[in-house]
This record gives sequence, C-alpha cells and structure tokens, in this order.
Amino acid sequence: MIPHPETRRVLTPFILPTVVLLPLLAGGLYFVWPLVPGGVQRVLISLVAVIAFAAGNAAYLVWLERKVCAHIQRRIGPKEVGPFGLIQPVVDGIKLMSKQLLIPKGVDKPLFMVAPLLVLVPAIMSFVTIPFSEDLVARNINVGLLMIFAFASVNVLGLLLGGWGSNNKYAVIAAARAVSQNVAYEIPMLITVITMVMVTHTLNLNEIVIQQDGSFWNWYLFRFSASPLMPVAFLIFFICSLAETNRAPFDLGEAESELVAGFHTEYSGMGFGVFFMGEYANIVIGSSLAVILFLGGWQSPVSFLADGFWWFLLKMYFLIFCVMWIRWTYPRTTLWGLLNLSWKVLIPLSLINLLLTSFMVKVWPLLMGAS
Amino acid sequence: MGKENLQSAIVQFAPLDKLLALGRANSLWPMTFGLACCAIEMMAAGVSRFDLARFGAEVFRPSPRQCDVMIVAGTITKKMAPAVETLYDQMPEPKWVIAMGNCAISGGPFVFDGQYGIVEGADKLFPVDVFIPGCPPRPEALIEGILELEEKVTGYRRWPRVEAG
Repeated sequence: MIPHPETRRVLTPFILPTVVLLPLLAGGLYFVWPLVPGGVQRVLISLVAVIAFAAGNAAYLVWLERKVCAHIQRRIGPKEVGPFGLIQPVVDGIKLMSKQLLIPKGVDKPLFMVAPLLVLVPAIMSFVTIPFSEDLVARNINVGLLMIFAFASVNVLGLLLGGWGSNNKYAVIAAARAVSQNVAYEIPMLITVITMVMVTHTLNLNEIVIQQDGSFWNWYLFRFSASPLMPVAFLIFFICSLAETNRAPFDLGEAESELVAGFHTEYSGMGFGVFFMGEYANIVIGSSLAVILFLGGWQSPVSFLADGFWWFLLKMYFLIFCVMWIRWTYPRTTLWGLLNLSWKVLIPLSLINLLLTSFMVKVWPLLMGAS
Repeated sequence: MGKENLQSAIVQFAPLDKLLALGRANSLWPMTFGLACCAIEMMAAGVSRFDLARFGAEVFRPSPRQCDVMIVAGTITKKMAPAVETLYDQMPEPKWVIAMGNCAISGGPFVFDGQYGIVEGADKLFPVDVFIPGCPPRPEALIEGILELEEKVTGYRRWPRVEAG
C-alpha cells in the first residue's frame, strides 16, 4: 500500500527530528556508557530489553491475532495501514494514548488506577528469569520457576481490584468469575509443576533446559522414563495456562454477551491498553514456561542443527499461534463446564500423574536395585 | 462535510495534531450496538465478503468506554432513546457518530402525522458526523461511510472514490 501523498506530508515533520535525535542519542550513549559501572550496565540493558520485548510482543501479537482470526474466518484482516497492516499496532497505540482517560464518578480511584499496573508489572517482571538461550537471560535465579508463579498470582489481584474499583456490577461479576477460574486452574497447574520439579530436581529454568539436551526425545514432553503421563502433563499445563490468561475458550471474565466487556468495562484509553498488554505478556510467559518445561527451551530438536534462542522463539511463537488458533476455533464454555473441567478432570489427572511420577522417581529405582 | 463545527484546541501543535488525527482515523473502533435491521448489514460489513478489518475498524468494542465511533444502526424508538443517549455520553472524547440508514437519519418509513413512538433522526439526540442513506444501506455503503469519517478526521481521502453506476 503506497502511502497517500498527504500521509507522507503529515509524517514528514517527524522524520527530521528522528533522524537527527537518534544518532545524537546513540552518540551520547557511546561516550557515557563506559562511565557506567558494569553491574549497572547489565541491569540497564536487561531492563530495556525486557520492557521492549514485552511491549513489542504485546503490540505485534495483537496484530498477529487480528491476522490469524481474519484468515481463520476467510477474511484478510488489517492490510491498508502500512504493508500487511504492520503499522496498525502503532496507529492503535497513538489512538489509545490520545484518547480521553475517563475516570467515572463513584469509582474507587486508587484501586482503579493501580489495577492495570498490577496486571502488567508482574507479567513484565516474570520475563527477568526466562532463559531465551544459555546466556541470554536477564537474571539466572535459583528459584526462577517459583518466582514466576509468585508473580502470576498477583495478576489475579489486579483483575479483582480492577473489577471492584470500577464500581460496576458487570465488572464485579467478571472479576469474581476470573478469580474463581484462576483459583481453580492454579491447582492442577501447580500440581503439574510440582511433578516436573520432582523430575528435574531444580527450580532453575536454565538447568531445566540443560537437562533436556540432545534431540527431541530428550525433551520432558517425551521423557517416559520419568512418567508415562508426560504428554498428558503437558496438555494439563497448556490448558491451565490458557485458563490462567483468561483466553478463549475460558474467557468468561470478558464474555461480551453477558458482561459488556468484563473487568475492564470502565477503562478507557491506555487503562484498557495496559490491561491488554498485560494479557498478551501473560500469554508469552505461559507459552515460554511450557517451552522451557516440556519442549526443551533453546535446545534444537535434532542434534545436527545448532542450539540457540531462535529455537526458543520458534517454539514459543508456535505455542502462541496455537493459543490464538484455539481461541478462534472453539466457542466459550459455561462457568459450570469450566469449573467441572478443572475439579473433575484436570485435578484428578494431575494428582494421578503426581503419584505415578513419585512412584517412578523414588520407588521404581529401589525395586530395580533390589532385584 | 461540516469541518467548521469541529472544536479546536487553544494551543495548536499542528504536526502533532495531524499525526494524532492520522492515528485516530486509522483505528476507528465502533461500538457493538445495533438497534434494528441495519445492524445486520453492519455485521455483514465485518465478515469475509466485505471485511471492515482491512481499514482497522473491525474491533467492535462492547464497552462504550473503549469506542471511537458509534454506528447508530436502526430505528431509534422513544423508549430506546435514553439508552442511546447514555451510551453516547459514556464514550470518551474524541468520539464520532455515524447515522446508518434512513431511520437513523430522519425516522425513515415510520414518519407520519401523529406518530408517537419514533425519534425522527439521531441528530435530534446528539451531533452526527456521517449520514449513510439506504434502507438498509449495503455493507459497502457502511465502509464508504467509515472512509468518509476518516476523511473528516484527517482532512483528506486516502482511497480513490468509486464512481456511481
């Protein structure tokens, strides 16, 4: 799509400042950078990289979602704003930021203001421990897995406060649904993670990936020696991460037909935008965790191809694509169906998996040793 | 189009204003809101044959707080009018209104001496930016209306006009 001459004329005044300011900024940074102590340098780079990765992903996953849903519905999707509609997220960002930030009468103002941040900030914090490759990790923490789940539970609080602070009945109902759903699905997810930790003997995400070295049959997804139910564990984890991030078919928290727009009904402009960024950052985190725990992280699936972060990104984006694929294929479940699935199917299955794995890890070697 | 009716800011940043206008024009999110049969045509405009998504305008937001344009698609009865007005008031600035179909323009076929149930046109309730005639208008007409609104926001038309006939 060739831009209209008038569009080019609108954008021209912004080209000169960008072209002049960016090299100036880069040049200034070049001289100042050596003066910054080494530890601070690492922190600054990690901070900028993590925020840029989270924000960029949030913006362009929205574009991808619109494209994927369009093609699933035999449409084309955004195509007029930039090539393949690639400028669409930028334009939407400009629109959202320039929109009136409306704080309705009667809302609990502090809660209303802090709720979107409570959704976004923990999601961004979780990126700190995600190892994109052996060296490409902001901070290699011993309890990385635990930290991510600790932050993931703050997310629910953000949704609840957003719904409660809005002083809107639909928002409160949606928040209550989101909380009951998140509590119900946290249990099978954490039981699955405990199972995984029993197998890996570590909470360090780097080490978990290193243990899956070699070809794809070494991934924990196919580690049948640890538990014959490993693929089931992966499925449970994936379904739970769908439910934790409030994605369809579990998006009861934002069921338009019953609840207007869910817990963010009263949020306009960037308040809503921040909620959305948090949701997409959570999807990225969930998919990354599934990749790290089950699909071998940055390890290449076949031994003759080099390992590297590209494998991690490939697997992660494939899982994210699956999330979108599921969203635009299946209709929304009912609240009862959702809770039944968790309490009657996923929790018993994950408990069986836990027992089986503990048997395989502890008792089986003893029996083998005895005979 | 009534450009002279647009309110202007006290302090002007012309290039920035134009950039914001460009952003707003290309991301017009309509409200999930239909009053009568025109709404069926509005839904048709979103699906595969017409695909409003090409212009970035397919994000039908269910909450008025997140909408930019309200498509009044159908007959406004006197009973519905307060709800429609409330929805308009709940939208944050900047906001636009498209009156879709003859009923939303003037009451359409329901206007006669002594009628008591119909609001004769959406502009009796709030300012309307674009009128789309038809009973109901085809989805192409709605897309044309959205392009017309984009022209009103940015001051120029990006796409060539289609000749009638």
